[in-house]
Amino acid sequence: MNKQQTTEDRLWEYIDGVSSADEKTVIEQLLSTNAEWKAKYHELMEVQQMLQSSELEAPSMRFTKNVMEEIAKLQIAPATRNYINKNIIRGIGAFFITIMVGFIVYGFGQIDWAASSDSNTVLPVDLTKVDFSKMFNNTWVNAFMMINVVLGLFLLDRYLANKRKKYREEI
Amino acid sequence: MLTGLNDNELISKVLSGDQQAYAGLVNRYQNYVFTLALRFTKNREDAEEVSQDIFIKAYRALADFRGQSKFSTWLYTIVNTTCITFLRKKRLEVHSLDNEKVFEVADSLDSGMRANQIEQKSRLAMVNKAISMLNTDDAGVLTLFYKGEQTLEEIAKILGIEANTAKVRLHRARTRLKEKMETYFAEEIKDLH
Repeated sequence: MNKQQTTEDRLWEYIDGVSSADEKTVIEQLLSTNAEWKAKYHELMEVQQMLQSSELEAPSMRFTKNVMEEIAKLQIAPATRNYINKNIIRGIGAFFITIMVGFIVYGFGQIDWAASSDSNTVLPVDLTKVDFSKMFNNTWVNAFMMINVVLGLFLLDRYLANKRKKYREEI
Repeated sequence: MLTGLNDNELISKVLSGDQQAYAGLVNRYQNYVFTLALRFTKNREDAEEVSQDIFIKAYRALADFRGQSKFSTWLYTIVNTTCITFLRKKRLEVHSLDNEKVFEVADSLDSGMRANQIEQKSRLAMVNKAISMLNTDDAGVLTLFYKGEQTLEEIAKILGIEANTAKVRLHRARTRLKEKMETYFAEEIKDLH
């Protein structure tokens, strides 16, 4: 950043009123003693005044009427916070976390750690020893699937309960 | 009657079923919204269509306005997203125009400004014309700060950027505006002095 840019940035901050108290004092002193700073300040103030006095563009005279005619056919949508239930979001999160944790635990359970010491592979485990055929045929997996089914039923119950409640409110 | 009510009072009335109260909000913000839309679309017809769409979207989503920020800040967020979507759809060139093309585009921007030689000479028309020559980011940030009465923090929220980035963008936009004015309106500036 060159010197002029720094001067301009500092002066803009001063003009916008966002300079610190110390900086403000320094700039005021510079403005009273330094002709270059004073000239730059007047230059920037001119731009500032022009921007402040710039005018807004106006749409057509019928604008408000057009908008009101359009919204007459519409209804305000219910607030998203009313129909997005945080418990459902948490339930979905728990469901996926359980799936991931289940697979990781099961995967580690299948690893033959003893076989890794005499293996020449880059990986510290022998992946050929992992028995994928037992994946869906053991007690742990069955228990894990059962938890997911219960969680799924819980989510469905919450969804239906919310629908029922909304229906009653409408009646 | 509606003009005496503040934004939150008008919103409460609309939410409680008084649809006509929304006209108060439209009247209050239509020029701000239209000007911002015009900065993006560079065309009055498109700006009017986009502005109308913005107010309809805001009405539909009014129940989501929680009053944690100013209504104008919330509304300008809708302006920003709607305009970006519109530009994507139209596949318009949104970045800076090269200087050779600037005058051609600027001349076709506002027929109202061209219609009156005296107005064209005026300071206000000159500033508006110079702003319309800037890219949409620069023109938008200047309009939000000077005409939309938004602070740097609020601009940051609207544009989804850091407050410090908004400050840098504002400084950059003012510098570019100054350059445009010095390049294209040097004679007019001299006449005004």
